[in-house]
Amino acid sequence: MKRLLALMLAVVMITAAVLTGCGSGSAAPAGGEGLKVGFIYIGTPGDVGYTFAHDQGRIYLEEQLKDKGVTTAKVESVPETADSEKAIKNLIDQGCKVIFATSFGYMDFVEKVAKEYPDVKFFHCSGNKSNETNFVNYFGKIEQARYLTGIVAGLKTKSGKIGYVAAMQIPEVIRGIDAFTLGVRSVNPTAVVNVKWTNTWYDPQLEKSAAEALLNEGNDVIAQHQDSTAPQIAAQEKGAFAIGYNSDSSKAAPKAYLTAPVWNWGVYYVDQVQKILDGSWKAENYLGGMHEGVVDIGPMTDLVDADIKAKVEEVKAKILDGSLDVFAGPVKDQTGAVKIAEGATMTVEEQQACKWFVEGVNGKID
Amino acid sequence: MVRIVKRTDLTKRQSVMFRLLAILGALLAAGIFILFLGFNPFRVYLSMLDGSFGSLYRFKESIIQAIPLIVSSLGISIAFRMKFWNIGAEGQIIMGAFAASYFALYWSNLPVYVMLPLMFLASAAAGGIWALIPAIFKAQFGTNETLFTLMMNYIAQKIIVYVQYGPWKDPKALGAGKIALFGDNAALPEVFGIHIGWIITVVLVVLVYIFINKTKRGYEIQVIGESENTARYAGMNVKKIILSSLILSGALCGLVGMFQVSGVNHTLSYQVANGVGFTAIITTWLAGLSAPVIVIVCFLFAVLQQGGTFIQTAFSIHSSAAQLIQGMILFFVLGSEFFIQYKLVLKQKTDKLIKKEAA
Repeated sequence: MKRLLALMLAVVMITAAVLTGCGSGSAAPAGGEGLKVGFIYIGTPGDVGYTFAHDQGRIYLEEQLKDKGVTTAKVESVPETADSEKAIKNLIDQGCKVIFATSFGYMDFVEKVAKEYPDVKFFHCSGNKSNETNFVNYFGKIEQARYLTGIVAGLKTKSGKIGYVAAMQIPEVIRGIDAFTLGVRSVNPTAVVNVKWTNTWYDPQLEKSAAEALLNEGNDVIAQHQDSTAPQIAAQEKGAFAIGYNSDSSKAAPKAYLTAPVWNWGVYYVDQVQKILDGSWKAENYLGGMHEGVVDIGPMTDLVDADIKAKVEEVKAKILDGSLDVFAGPVKDQTGAVKIAEGATMTVEEQQACKWFVEGVNGKID
Repeated sequence: MVRIVKRTDLTKRQSVMFRLLAILGALLAAGIFILFLGFNPFRVYLSMLDGSFGSLYRFKESIIQAIPLIVSSLGISIAFRMKFWNIGAEGQIIMGAFAASYFALYWSNLPVYVMLPLMFLASAAAGGIWALIPAIFKAQFGTNETLFTLMMNYIAQKIIVYVQYGPWKDPKALGAGKIALFGDNAALPEVFGIHIGWIITVVLVVLVYIFINKTKRGYEIQVIGESENTARYAGMNVKKIILSSLILSGALCGLVGMFQVSGVNHTLSYQVANGVGFTAIITTWLAGLSAPVIVIVCFLFAVLQQGGTFIQTAFSIHSSAAQLIQGMILFFVLGSEFFIQYKLVLKQKTDKLIKKEAA
């Protein structure tokens, strides 16, 4: 009996396959004319966070370059496993000639696929690998924006304790915490930043419980490096304040949300794809800052007092004109030893390998 | 009131009709859903097929998806033949992957012709042991194997989470919780662009078919499935047969773990089994535990999965929506199985029947 079912299914599917076989000729996948750009995301744009920010960039890219025949495709919720390799290959199979892989853990798989498809251009977000021809990495100096949000948190806290929900123990996250703490301490020299790791980029439940634990320990401002808005929601439920990340998430927790370091990926995406269209594209890694418009501090809500806003604007102007480098020495590590000497700063290479916390961070790196 | 009564009166033709209706119903219901999403259901369905057959690459991807399903289903079918409800394929796959990865990562200098057989044996052994543990407990203490094997899945997964974020963490990953990629000597070679696991799969299908239908042990397994007492009366050592068959069942699932880490992922992660062990339970059941039918059913499942991934990008349908369509189709197909085996009867009617019989 069950065999019959399977056989019938097979017959139906095969007949349909034959039918599509005939039909698919007319509906050939795009790619002949315009340029198709593929994106793979770790989460869904519904996270109002990290993936949302990238997806806004994708939509902006489509809007700006639609007239030149640029189309986009996306795959959501791709885990940082060999599934990402498959997702990329599927996009290439569907005609994509440019791939933006937007999460750190895709790195080794992107590197591998880049070798197999030399005529496709690969952009990997937040990693440190690349090649000379068709595989580059890109990121932004989000620490500039984190420093500014640190100022907001440092002036807002009453208990002098700020909680920080952090995803993975990788340099990107670690130096973000460092920059944030430097911002906090620039206005509140005795405040401490307490870090809790979640070991995941996107798990609203886990992010929320980490934030709740921090709130129970007396932290009255919650900052975060995660993909969702769960930490802000936790802060709102406990009547505390929160700094978001990635995009303006004031609607998710209106009674807690102060501001956030935000991404404007569209600026970069349009620039690169335009260069590919012009034929002037070169395989160059990218690290854009506030000056380029890729990163910024998001709009500050009414919960941020006017004098704090003024302070932030003052410091922001210094970052924009280049007179302030957030990692400028002297900077001490957790033990009090000077890690960055007076007059020096953290080079890009040092930033990409950063595995230490500055003084004022209360947390551990395994 | 409504009662559920076992069907005995269904002709072959009627049961085929039921199943066809189920498939039609599934396509219809999912079609309405697709319409609500603002797409043309016919185009979406055609595109699903296009996504799984439309090019050589897509066809290969469908096969790569079918391989782990087929081999896990074979493993599960052996246990199910004895009415031993092995829900632990997921965990057995994970442990097989774990054992194979150990050699790939820590004996990485071995030449390929030593490495691959070693990984092969290690994965089968690990999967076998993982299935043997609940079997021993059932044989000795009469524990419930469904719950036991299910729990073993979570233990297996947490072991991998632990090593992935702990001792096996790739030191070059700058702190990210991932295990290093294997060397080329630990990668299954490809034949016609698909890892060699597909040839092994074909061989296994034939072997399992012969084992169940043509060997003494296969016959014994079938007898135990029909009635343990009959088997005992016939002088079979039931305990021994169950234990050894469970090793075989787990070993097959363990092999899937090796195929996935060595042939597809080239690394280990706690998502390695990715639900295959659970999906395989459905495919095994739908295939009526028969090895050749398992191949067909698993391939159709792979088509459904591959097509689902395809429409996600082709139509920009949300990933959950694509899964929902798959789920609806599955729901109807499985649901029809229920109505083929049972029927719903109004209570008065059954009362009448009972009275009639009593009289």
